[in-house]
Amino acid sequence: MEAFFDNIDRVIDGFSWTVRLTLFSALFSFLLGVLLTAMRVSPVALLRGVSTVYVETVRNSPLTLVLLFCGLGLNSALGLSLSGTVAWDVFWWAVIGLSAYTSCFVSESLRSGINTIPLGQAEAARALGLTFTQSLRLIIIPQALRTVIGPLGSVLIALIKNTTVASVAGLGVQEASRQMKLMFDQGIAPVLPTFVGFAIGFLVLTLPVGYLFSWLSKRMAVAR
Amino acid sequence: MAATPLVVLENVNKHFGELHVLRDINLSVAAGEVVVVIGPSGSGKSTLCRTINRLETIDSGRILLDGQPLPAEGRALARLRSDVGMVFQSFNLFSHKTVLENITLGPTKVLKVPKAEATLRAWELLERVRITEQAKKYPAQLSGGQQQRVAIARALAMNPKVILFDEPTSALDPEMVQEVLDVMTDLASEGMTMIVVTHEMGFARRAADRVVFMADGQIVEENTPDEFFTSPRTERARDFLSKILTH
Repeated sequence: MEAFFDNIDRVIDGFSWTVRLTLFSALFSFLLGVLLTAMRVSPVALLRGVSTVYVETVRNSPLTLVLLFCGLGLNSALGLSLSGTVAWDVFWWAVIGLSAYTSCFVSESLRSGINTIPLGQAEAARALGLTFTQSLRLIIIPQALRTVIGPLGSVLIALIKNTTVASVAGLGVQEASRQMKLMFDQGIAPVLPTFVGFAIGFLVLTLPVGYLFSWLSKRMAVAR
Repeated sequence: MAATPLVVLENVNKHFGELHVLRDINLSVAAGEVVVVIGPSGSGKSTLCRTINRLETIDSGRILLDGQPLPAEGRALARLRSDVGMVFQSFNLFSHKTVLENITLGPTKVLKVPKAEATLRAWELLERVRITEQAKKYPAQLSGGQQQRVAIARALAMNPKVILFDEPTSALDPEMVQEVLDVMTDLASEGMTMIVVTHEMGFARRAADRVVFMADGQIVEENTPDEFFTSPRTERARDFLSKILTH
């Protein structure tokens, strides 16, 4: 275990990228997920169609493929750049790929939440004279969100773990699992203790998220 | 009949698949009038009520509010709905908002009334429906009767031209029916235009200007409550009344 702690700077640096990937991807996935859900339940057939096709395509593609598409396809092959420094350029492409992918799961959770809201809530909103967007924003989405806090916690945990794909899929973000592999490759750390160390590092991130979200979901529950 | 019809239905027809739920409905409701719609279950009376603010679309015919045909959708429809209050059988208060927020939501978001003004008015309305002490609670913490009175206050907050009541007491425990009917009776006597679908014959006798009897998607009979309850003209109405008045 000593060799692991000798390299603790690299471990911390790795996890700092993991956390940054998670925070930005979580934010964008949430926003995009809400937008996709709003489109999915909208009265405009075109919006519904676009959202459905997007979610069904991306959700059913392997994350590795999505990230490869961002990294090799958009970044390398087409030469699209998001930042002057390589580290941040690949970082932002990874965030885009992770958000594109995770937003589908946010959207599906949210949609299942909307399905649990009694129809009368939307009818009452319409009867008051709220527009479609208003009733979605003020009545339906806030209630749906509260019912899916638990599932959204699982999506966030999956996202934290999925950030590890960002280093293999042609993007090479220096996140935790990448650091671990580099440490093995360079022979500076014994395999087993390093594994355990990084595994614990991930648990430190994911376990509190699980507990936080189940606490939130109880606290925010809407009584009917 | 009074001179200014506020709500007019002309030859309205509606189907649910094979079922012809509204058959050539013609109905005109004057401003200030209280019309009670009664009839057996499945007669189409709830559907009729819901077509008036277009929660149900119609297949043919016309519905006019204040002389204007109902817009099909969009903002124009939303604006029209803000003029038509609705009270549902299952209350449908917004479960994630407090009683006070339920009442101020419509005025602030639809009519763009300043928050402070809407809140002041909400307190007045809560007083009117006798429920001020529950203002900060959530709907689930209230009894059914209290929820329905809040729903009435929520409808009133929009200063509607007419309020539709879709079986407002059918989901209530028996001991809570009266408190809701009392509020409705007050409203009726204050001159609110009301279209009430109900099974409460006592309310119909006491508060209605006119009783509309529906069966099988048609308006079978229309009369003053006195005439209707003492000497119904149709066999269908006599049969219905004999069944409900003898138990």
